[in-house]
Amino acid sequence: MMTTDTVKNPRFVAESQTDGEQVDTGLGLSPAKAALKRARGHTGLKIGFGIILLMVFLALFAPWLAPHDPYVQNLPMRLLPPAWVDGGEWRYLLGTDHLGRDYLSRIIYGARISLAIGIGAATVGAIIGVTLGLLAGYFGGWLDQAVNFLVTCQLAIPSLLLIMALVFVIGQSITVVIFVIGATHWVFYLVVTRSATLRLREMDFVAAARSMGCSRFQVAVREVLPNLSNQIMVIFTLEVAIAILSEATLSFLGLGIPSPMPSWGLMIAEGKTSMFFQPWLVVLPGLALFMLVIAVNLLGDGVRDVTVTDRRS
Amino acid sequence: MASYILRRGLLALLVALVVSFGTFALFYFATDPAQTIAGEDAPPEMVEEIRQEYGFDRPVSVQYVAWLGGVFQGDFGESYFWKQPVGELIREHAGVTIILALSSLMVTILIALPLGIGAALKPNSWVDRFALSTAVSAQAIPNFWLGLMVIILLAVMFPIFPVSGDATWRHYVLPALVLGASSVPAVMRLTRTGLLEVLGADYIRTARAKGFMGYQLIFRQALRNALLPVVSVLAVQLGHKLGGSVVTESVFSMNGLGRLAVESIFNSDIPTVQSLILIFVLTFVLLTLAADLINAWLDPRIRMG
Repeated sequence: MMTTDTVKNPRFVAESQTDGEQVDTGLGLSPAKAALKRARGHTGLKIGFGIILLMVFLALFAPWLAPHDPYVQNLPMRLLPPAWVDGGEWRYLLGTDHLGRDYLSRIIYGARISLAIGIGAATVGAIIGVTLGLLAGYFGGWLDQAVNFLVTCQLAIPSLLLIMALVFVIGQSITVVIFVIGATHWVFYLVVTRSATLRLREMDFVAAARSMGCSRFQVAVREVLPNLSNQIMVIFTLEVAIAILSEATLSFLGLGIPSPMPSWGLMIAEGKTSMFFQPWLVVLPGLALFMLVIAVNLLGDGVRDVTVTDRRS
Repeated sequence: MASYILRRGLLALLVALVVSFGTFALFYFATDPAQTIAGEDAPPEMVEEIRQEYGFDRPVSVQYVAWLGGVFQGDFGESYFWKQPVGELIREHAGVTIILALSSLMVTILIALPLGIGAALKPNSWVDRFALSTAVSAQAIPNFWLGLMVIILLAVMFPIFPVSGDATWRHYVLPALVLGASSVPAVMRLTRTGLLEVLGADYIRTARAKGFMGYQLIFRQALRNALLPVVSVLAVQLGHKLGGSVVTESVFSMNGLGRLAVESIFNSDIPTVQSLILIFVLTFVLLTLAADLINAWLDPRIRMG
């Protein structure tokens, strides 16, 4: 059987030669090395990757980095402004919330929630979408039609309302939010997996594997799937961004992460009541969200530019 | 053409029915409507009595068909929470949502089309970079947060527009901006790629060779073809806005359908949630159907294929 590397990307390398602008086509290098070489020259990808590294670092080492316990209330110290504003204290760098909890610590711990939800929900969505896409694309026929119908239904539902209804019915927790967001965000994976599988199915190496006696299942998982990894990775990053925003929106509306957890969306909801007097309570978690999501999107766009060189959109 | 419309129409109806039955079943199995109506701490006998009276002890399919039969006669049932006919509730709230959806669609078109066209005409120019970075940022801003920021800036620091409510046209300016901004990245990117693709096509080169120049070429020939996919995506976006302005309506305290839906979810008001989802799905399906028909009418390749 052929290894994935030799099969993987003759197509991508060939096309990247015609792509032209600012790209080192990396002729003579393996596809992975060529992509890595292109990645080094891609500003957006580097910025995105840098911010994400920082966020992951904050999330992993939150207990050592956060100056205070994010759950401990200190009512005499409530609603302190950030340290550089009049009335702020350097002990509470970004001020305190309505219960006197240190805002910086809550924002640092909040990175954990956003990252967990983003990665978790995008993984759940990937499992559902890729499985359905492989099935529909590889086997076709009535299975394909059934999956298409499912997609049409999924697209027609107002997804935020569906998510809210599900969370309300099942109960509020991180796990529920991850699974519910994942279960409603798989259409992109499916569409891409299905069309790529349809194309790959006709290629010689699939026929070769079949003739060597591989079962259909083995062919789908061992021959077709590895060839989709680039595209799936690009969608994965975009879905991480969407899931992070969905969680924030859900928590903001009161049907996501339960209080007193430091979800950024929930913090914005709690700060909203006093936002005319303490605007930082709303501004800061929003900025954190914006930074994380834009970083994930930059990373996704960058990975697409350096691996899938079909066409920029 | 007639069979195409019929086929698509039937599919649309089927989708609406399946989705609406799904919602119905979800709430049927997960909540106890009799308890909802009776109240949290009602005695069990009373709950049981209500269950019998409303027919909640019948199988889910029977209840669904009964409800659907009512819907076909224009009766959406009675709200458990607001204790008034759901049809009435929806009529009261629909106006706000429709005005908001249409005005925010205008905002999207007015921002996204010029940006997308400008970016496609001069790829890699500053217009293109500006358009792309606008798209990247707009995609990353949480919409509810953008709403709050706009309120702080344009309603509090510079009190030009009212903070919340839906009484006058001035109340709709900020929500329409915020909701409209959420669709800008998708529409802008599609306009840009669509136009770029068309401008590289053979027939445009032929037209250029024949002496057609500049704006005449772009607006008469290229844009017409480039906008085909944009029509579809605008229909999808309008569908989302008619059914999903949940966030914007909450942030700006507007009494539209989205907010009604959220409050009915919070209060387990099944008839209202159920009717709203059916209406949202039908609206969405009909809009995308309309977009497909417009596309088929504009582009014979779709109609024949």
